This record gives sequence, structure tokens and C-alpha cells, in this order.
Amino acid sequence: MTTQGNGEASAEVSSWGRYPRVRQEVRELQWRSEPLGAPSSERTVLPYGQGRTYGDGCLNEGGTLLATERLDRIVSFDPETGVLEAEAGLTLYDLLHFAVPKGWFLPVSPGTQFVSLGGAVANDIHGKNHHRAGTFGRHVLGIELERSEEGRISCGPEHESELFRATVAGLGLTGLMRTVTVQLKKIESPYFDVETVKFDRVEEFFELARESDREYEYTVAWIDCIHSTPHIGRGLFMRGNHSAAQSPQELQHVASPARLRVPFSFPRFALNRYSLGLFNTCYYQKQREKVKKSREHYRPFFYPLDAVHHWNRIYGTRGFLQFQCVVPCEGDIIPIRRILERVVRYGKASFLAVIKEFGDLPSPGMLSFPRPGVTLCLDFPMDGARTLQLFSELEALVLEYGGAMYPAKDACMTGKAFQQFFPEWRTFAAFRDPQFSSSFWRRVTDGVIDER
Amino acid sequence: MTEQRTGQGDILIFGATSCIAEHVARQYAAAGRGLFLVARSEEKLEIVKKDLLARGAARVRTAALDLGELASLQRWLREDFHALHRESPIDTVLVAHGVLPDQGAIQDQWSEIARSYDVNLLSPLLIVTELAPHLSGGVIAVITSVAGDRGRQSNYIYGAAKGGVSLYLQGVRNRFAKQGVHILDIRPGFVDTPMTAHVKKGPLFASPEQVASGIVHAVRKRKDIVYLPWFWRFILFIIKLIPESLFKKLSL
Repeated sequence: MTTQGNGEASAEVSSWGRYPRVRQEVRELQWRSEPLGAPSSERTVLPYGQGRTYGDGCLNEGGTLLATERLDRIVSFDPETGVLEAEAGLTLYDLLHFAVPKGWFLPVSPGTQFVSLGGAVANDIHGKNHHRAGTFGRHVLGIELERSEEGRISCGPEHESELFRATVAGLGLTGLMRTVTVQLKKIESPYFDVETVKFDRVEEFFELARESDREYEYTVAWIDCIHSTPHIGRGLFMRGNHSAAQSPQELQHVASPARLRVPFSFPRFALNRYSLGLFNTCYYQKQREKVKKSREHYRPFFYPLDAVHHWNRIYGTRGFLQFQCVVPCEGDIIPIRRILERVVRYGKASFLAVIKEFGDLPSPGMLSFPRPGVTLCLDFPMDGARTLQLFSELEALVLEYGGAMYPAKDACMTGKAFQQFFPEWRTFAAFRDPQFSSSFWRRVTDGVIDER
Repeated sequence: MTEQRTGQGDILIFGATSCIAEHVARQYAAAGRGLFLVARSEEKLEIVKKDLLARGAARVRTAALDLGELASLQRWLREDFHALHRESPIDTVLVAHGVLPDQGAIQDQWSEIARSYDVNLLSPLLIVTELAPHLSGGVIAVITSVAGDRGRQSNYIYGAAKGGVSLYLQGVRNRFAKQGVHILDIRPGFVDTPMTAHVKKGPLFASPEQVASGIVHAVRKRKDIVYLPWFWRFILFIIKLIPESLFKKLSL
């Protein structure tokens, strides 16, 4: 970082995927009472929480990032109703640390607790309970927003509801969220009763999903995207429910936080077809029985990767690209099969492939990603043109089947694809704060959008 | 350095809206303690107060005071403090305010230097002087700095204030040891806070949460001097070993 005076520093910032890396100013916000400052004609701003977006959704090349890490205060909490109002920079880790001992849990939990509340809203995140609870935005009761022209304005599902629909999944572009009010979910215990079922082909995943979604609140599967013999899509299906309390003190239990850390970026050759293949085989074979039952604390159950700090360094300094799509699927597994086949042929999908069937609860945001269908999520080390070529083929498949790709994970979807995936984007564009922009937004709207 | 049960009195924090102090206060709040916050801005105090109450503080009292205004601070310490102490007793005091002056910009401007000494040197000394006689059985913890261990051309204005506070604390600790007033000198190294927002961050930087845990631990253990994180004790040990004839030629 180099000093620029007035608390702003110019920095090369990358997102979690470490691709791309761009230069911008960083301004650290300290107080929700601080004014946003006069709009500037030459520089746009973008709120930046924990930087866990994978691509360029949390970057603003040549502009300014408003870092919200210090805006992590609680405004109010009602232990009777579970309604929490907090500043948008509060991480879900801190939120859980605060709420779980009091018997409250996140209504929707993503794959990492190291994201901010504001980020959870701005990407309208989903979790293993999508088929029951829908997206995070469905549990948001209100948002205090600060906009460059109107100043402070509050919105929610019942008031200023169009602004609310724009802000949920709005990628931080509708203004700076000062506080977020969310309805937490009552729990008796921080533990989950979990069952892991082995499946040896993608068809079986679909049977398990149909059968499990009725009886289990949380379901997700890991799928092998390297091997295709004898069948494509072997994996492990995980399903769980909140456990009943076994003792009154159980809510105070804390699973030990992260112990491991990836200390440096791995060299390029560490990840290849063979090492990844071996990893997938070991992961699949470590469970010997068909069905395994266990009782797990929420940390290992929801956030296994959080146990390894900086796991993104495994991909080396060139970073990685994540691909997450949803494709409609009414008894038709051909779309997901074809995508899987393409990925297997490429050979370098990594160990983090996840598959889940979304439910049909409507997502509240104009740009919300979750919709009925099957979602597949996996990552690839960034190998330049070859990887970008794969992504363009995958994008074509998703377009062909009428699906969508997830902006929070994306570093390369085309504007044409974005506009087809998110047909309400023009309505959304009218709610964007003209002072706010991101590298992602400019990439997917370049040349099409008439700036106000 | 034996562990004693701190009473269940309130914790009085000067400079309570500073990043480290706020994180210390959160830990006491989560333990259900009562807090008394002093800082300049009423608006910021209100934000912190709400947060601490939600996190479980038994009660949160506040006073908006400019800690660089020594006359009004002394009045507050002599009058208001005693009334508040009677209302709900205070057994722990944390002095956490301070400014990091831009050495290069003010090193030849005496009025600026003197102003920084009001906040960084005289104000903490005034607080310790006024409160120590009334805190028998309690703890006064003051955040100084590793910068106070040796004068360097890049940061001696700040360092001299902090080093002066450390030396004063040593004397007060000695004077009040028999009356059971415990004086704790906290010397943090680089901490990632707004005070250092303009400084390039390196591997030696600690998070404010980490430093706050160290402070709460040191108060509970009744330590005399702590370096936070611990490795700074060794770094400073080495730095202090360098002979002055050599040290003066280094650009530190």
C-alpha cells in the first residue's frame, strides 16, 4: 500500500479467487455516523466487506473501495424474537459467536462464515437449506441504506420494496448498507444429526435429493468431477437436521476454530490431473460404508473449509476461477450430465465440486441467482486461455438450457449471458446509485447501459 | 503476578471509541460487566454503547470529554468521577487514548509537538495521578507503546511521550504497591487500527482483537508490563542492546 493522505491508500486488491488483481483506492470506514462524502465525478465507489467474492464482483478498478470491516457493531438484538440489527460489516462468524449461545442461528448459512452480513445480502446467498428456507434475502426485515443523492433511506419487503428488491442481490451497487435487520432462527443445540450417503453416479444423486429434501432440512452433495468410469458423477450426499439438545449447556459449546493455515502459494505443478484424481479417490473412498451417521457441531458441518485459512493459496499466485451455475431440471438430467461431461473431459476440476437441488421458494432480489433447478459449483486453477475457453463453452451450455451463472463466483461471464440470465437487469440498473460501480458491473453492461 | 479475582466493579475506559478500547470493552461486555466510557464524540459513544449493551454489558455509562483539554479533564476527575464511583463502583481503569503524530510534518513545529504531548503524555499522567489514590484493590492499565523503549529519528515525538508515561507508571506502581493499586503498562507493537491506516502493513501487525485479548488477560493476571503480542519483548530487547554510538548512525 502506498500512502495517499486522508486515510485512503492505493492498493492492489484481489478477491478470493486471486484473479483478477486490480489497483484501486481503499478507504476504511469506521463509523456508521460518518457521512459518505460528496459525490465525485471521476471516482466511483464500491462497498467491500471480507473480499470473499471470487471474481471481480468486489473489485472496482480505478475507483475506490469502501472497506466495511470495522463496521461490525450490533445495533439491537431481541432475545425473545431473534431479530438482530447490526452494521453490515459484521461477519457471520462473529454473528454466530454472538447468537448461538443465546439459542439463535443463521436462517441461511453459506459455505463459509468469513463473509460479512452486507455481503450475504448483496449476493443474496443460499445454503444447504435452500429447499426449505430459500435465500438469505427472504429473512431480511430491513436495510438502512445510504445513497449518494438521497442520503439515508430505509427499505424492506414492505416499504420501499422495489429498492429492497434491487438491494438484495444488488452486488453493493444501490448504495452503502449502514445496518441490516435479520430474523434469526431458533435452535436448541449447535449440533446437527448428519447422514452421509455414498452414490456412484449422478442419476443416484437425483434420487437421493428427491428422497432427502422431504425429511432433511439441510442437504448438499460432493461430486467427483475427475473420474468418469464406470459412471459419471460418483459422490457423497450429506443431509442433516438440527439436533435436539442433549444437555442445557450444549449451546455454549464452541468447536475449535481454524487450526490449519496454508502458509504460502503453492507452485503451479502441485495441482495436476493426477494429484487431483488421487484426492478425489481418497475423499470418496475414505467412507467405506454406504451410509454413515454422525452428530456434528455446526462449524465442521457448515464450514469445513474454514478450518484451513487461506485455502485459496493452494491454487498458486495465478489464482483460480469458480464456476457455479443453476440449470432447470424437471426429471431431466441431461443438462447437468452434459455440463459434467465437459468438465470431466477438461480434467482439471478440483476437489471442491458441490451439487445441490434448489427448491422453488422465490428469491427476493432482482438479480438473485437461486431459482428452481440443480446448482453445480466447482473451481479450476487459472491456466490462461485454456481455462477461459472452457468457461465460454460452459456458459454456452448454461445459456442453451436456460440456466444462470452466479455473479458472486464469476470472473468471466459475457454481458450477453448476464443479461439473459438476469432479465430484470434493466429494472435493477435504474436503482443503481450512479456513484457506485464495480469491475463486474462494468464488464457485464459495457456498451449496453445508458449512464444517467 | 498472581491471579486475583477482579471485583465485579465497572470498567472505566478513557478513549473508549478507539479501536483497541472498543474490542476490550466487547470482551468485558460479553462477560456481563458494567462499563463506563469516556471519549470526545457523543455520537460515537452512543454507537458503542448500544453495541455493548446488546453484547451483554450489565450497564453502560458514558461521558463526552475532550481528553486533550486538561483543565476540564481534571475537573471531571475531581468531581464527576467520585459521584459516578459512588453510584456504581469502578475497579478497573483503562487509559487508551492517544494520537500518532506525523513526525516528519511536525518535528520542527513546537506548538504541534506540545499539543500532541497534552494528549499522549500529560492527559494519561493526570488520570493516573488523580485516580490511583482512590482505587485501592483495583487496576489502572495504560496503553503505551514499544515506541517508548528507545528514541528513533522516525518517531521520537510519539516515543518520548509514551516512554515518559511508562517511566511515570513505574514510579506510581512502586508508590502504590503496598496499597494494592495495580499499575499495568501495556506496550503494543504495530496494530492494524485507524491510527495506522496510512502505514504499510507487514507480518508484524496484530489485529485489535488479538491485542484486546492480551489486555484483558494481563489485567486478570495483574501483570506489570506486557508487550503485545509477546514477541515485541524480544525485538525491543535486541534493539535496546545496540550501543548508542552505533544506533545514532542507523536510519530507524
